[in-house]
Amino acid sequence: MKTILITAAAILCAAPAFAEGELKIYHWFEYIPQELVDKFTAETGITVTIDTYDSNESMLASLKAGKLGEYDVAVPADFMVGIMKADGMLDTFTQDEMPNFANIAPQWRDVPFDPGRTSSIPYQWGTTSFSVNRDVYQGDISSLATIFNPPPELQGKINVLDSQNEVLILGSLYLGIPQCTSDREQLKALNDMLLNAKQYWASFGSDTAKDVLVSGDAAAGMIYNGFSAKARAEGANVEYVYPTEGHVVWMDNMVLLADAPNRENALLFMNFLLDPENAAAVTNYAAYTSGVTGVEPFLDEAIRTSPENNPPADATPGVFAQACDQETQQLYDAIWTNLKK
Amino acid sequence: MADRSGYRGLTAPLLLPTWVVIGLFMLVPVAVMAIYSVLTKEFRGGVIWDFSLAAYDQFFVTRGLFGDEAPQIEWTYISIFWRSIWQAALATLLCLIVGFPTAWFIATRPAQSRGVWLFLITIPYWVNLLIRTVSLKFLIRDTGPLNEALMGIGLTSGPLPLVNTNLAVQLGLFYSYLPFMVLPIYAAVERYNFAYSEAAADLYAGRWTILREIVLPIVRPGIIAGCLLVFVPSLGAFLAPDLLGGAKTFMIGSLIEEQFKGAQGNWPFGAAVAMILMSLVLIVLIAYARAATKAEAR
Repeated sequence: MKTILITAAAILCAAPAFAEGELKIYHWFEYIPQELVDKFTAETGITVTIDTYDSNESMLASLKAGKLGEYDVAVPADFMVGIMKADGMLDTFTQDEMPNFANIAPQWRDVPFDPGRTSSIPYQWGTTSFSVNRDVYQGDISSLATIFNPPPELQGKINVLDSQNEVLILGSLYLGIPQCTSDREQLKALNDMLLNAKQYWASFGSDTAKDVLVSGDAAAGMIYNGFSAKARAEGANVEYVYPTEGHVVWMDNMVLLADAPNRENALLFMNFLLDPENAAAVTNYAAYTSGVTGVEPFLDEAIRTSPENNPPADATPGVFAQACDQETQQLYDAIWTNLKK
Repeated sequence: MADRSGYRGLTAPLLLPTWVVIGLFMLVPVAVMAIYSVLTKEFRGGVIWDFSLAAYDQFFVTRGLFGDEAPQIEWTYISIFWRSIWQAALATLLCLIVGFPTAWFIATRPAQSRGVWLFLITIPYWVNLLIRTVSLKFLIRDTGPLNEALMGIGLTSGPLPLVNTNLAVQLGLFYSYLPFMVLPIYAAVERYNFAYSEAAADLYAGRWTILREIVLPIVRPGIIAGCLLVFVPSLGAFLAPDLLGGAKTFMIGSLIEEQFKGAQGNWPFGAAVAMILMSLVLIVLIAYARAATKAEAR
C-alpha cells in the first residue's frame, strides 16, 4: 500500500514537471523520422501527436470539415499553401519569432505561394517526372514521350501516378501547352493524347509507384525523385529522368495553421526544423532536398550525391503546379474523368 | 405476440437502443448525404447552402467538354455503374458456384467436425482485407510464385498476364467475399431435414429433381441472403479494382472517393452518386422482399 501511495505521489509530482505542453501535427504518412520527433520532445518536453494524410486534397477536406483549430501545423504542397492562405486557414508569424529563419535557402525565402514567407517554412522539395528500368530498355529516354508514346519494349509496362495534377501537368509539358489554359484546341489535344497513351499503361498508382518498379510489375513509371532513389536503393536498376520538355517541381512546406491551439510550441517546432542538422535528418529519411542552407555536412553521402537529387546542369528547369480558377479547373477535371471512365 | 412474450409494455424501451443506433449512425448520415447532393458545390471541397440539382444533372446529362453543346445523355457515369454492377454480379455467381457445394459439404459432415470446417473457412478473415488483397497481388504478379511455377514446369513460356486485368479483380472479389456466401447457405442447409430427400427418393424422384424441387426451395432464403451479402459490398468495392485491376478505370467506389479525396473536390456530386447507388440497391432489396412475401403466400 505504501509503495502504491509513493508511486502515485511520484507520478502526480512528475507529471506537471514533464508536460511542457503539446503539439499537434497534421502530416503526410512516413515523412518524418520518429527519432527526430523524440529529439524534439527530449529537448523541450513538449508531447507531440501526429495524425497523417495521404493527399493535399484530403488534408484540405478534413481541415474544412471542422479539424481546423485542432492542429497546430500541417505540411501542404506549394499550390495548396496558396489555396489555404487565400481561404484564411493560415496564421502568420514574424521573422523575430523564428531565430532560425535566416537558415532558409535564399531562393526559397520569397516564394509566389507565400510572399515573404509569413506563414510557412520549407520542409522538403523535390521533382516529379519518370523512371525507367534500364535492364528492360536501354534506348533514349530523355523525352516525356517515353511515357506518353512509349517504345515497344515499354508498352503495357508503365505505371502512372494516380494523381490528376501530376499526370495532366506532365502531359501538358509533353505537348508544350501552358497550365490552366482554357484554349479549346490545346485542351482537346491534351485529352486525345492522354486517351491514346492510356493503351500503353499497365496501372495507375501513387503509393505503389516505387513498389511496382522494384517488383518488376512496371518497367517504367511516373514517380517522385526521392521515391525513385529509394527504388534504386532497393535494388531496381532504374534511372530517373529530367526530361527535355521539363518536369514538375514541388515543395512541401510546414505551415502555421489558423486557430492553432499551441501556437508557441508550433513556432518552436518550425524553428527546430530549420536547424541544419534536423533538416538534414528529414532529408536523410525522405531522400528529397531540404530548403535549408548548411545541411551538407549532416547528409548521408548517398543522398548528397544521388543523381535523383542532382539534376544535370543542362536540364530543362521544372515548373510548379498552378492553382487554376474554378471554371478552368472543371475542364481539367472533365479530362481526368474522361481518361479514367 | 407481445401478450405471449411476457414482456408486455417493455417493447418500446427495449427497442430504444436499436432505434438510437440506427437513427444516429444510419438515418442521420443518409439524410446528410441526401441534403448535400442537392446543394451547390464549393470549389475544392465543401458545399454552399444553395439548392441545386447540378450534381444529378452532371450525372445524367452532358453538354460536351466546354458545356455549350446540345444536351445529351451522359454515358460516362452510367457505364461506370454498369461495369461495377456487372463485376459484382459475376463475383456473386462465382461465389455461389463454389460456395453452395462447400456449404453442403460442411453441413453434411458429422456434427463434431463441422466446427472445424467452419473455423477453417473463417481463418483468413482474421487478417486485414488490404493485406490479403496485396498478398494476392504478390502471388499472381509476373514475377510471383504462380507464374514462376507455371514456367518452371514448362506449362507456359512467359508469365501469364494476370495482374492488372479484370480476371484479377474477379479473383480478388471472389476471394474477399466467399465466406459471406458459404455461411448463410450453411445455416440453411444445416436445418434441412434429409428425411425429405429420402422420402422423395422413395417416390422415384431423381437426384436432380430432389435438388430442384425440394432442396433449393427450402434453402433458398440462405442462398438469397448469401447473394445479397456478396453482391452489395462487391458493388462498392474499390480495393480489389485498384490494387489488382491497376485502377485504370473508375468503379462506383473509386468514383465517389475521388469526389471527396481527389483533386476534383465535388462533394454534392459524390453525395449524388452515393444516393443513386443506394437507390439502386434499395430497389433490388425491395423487389426481393416482395418476391419473398409472394412466395411465402403461395
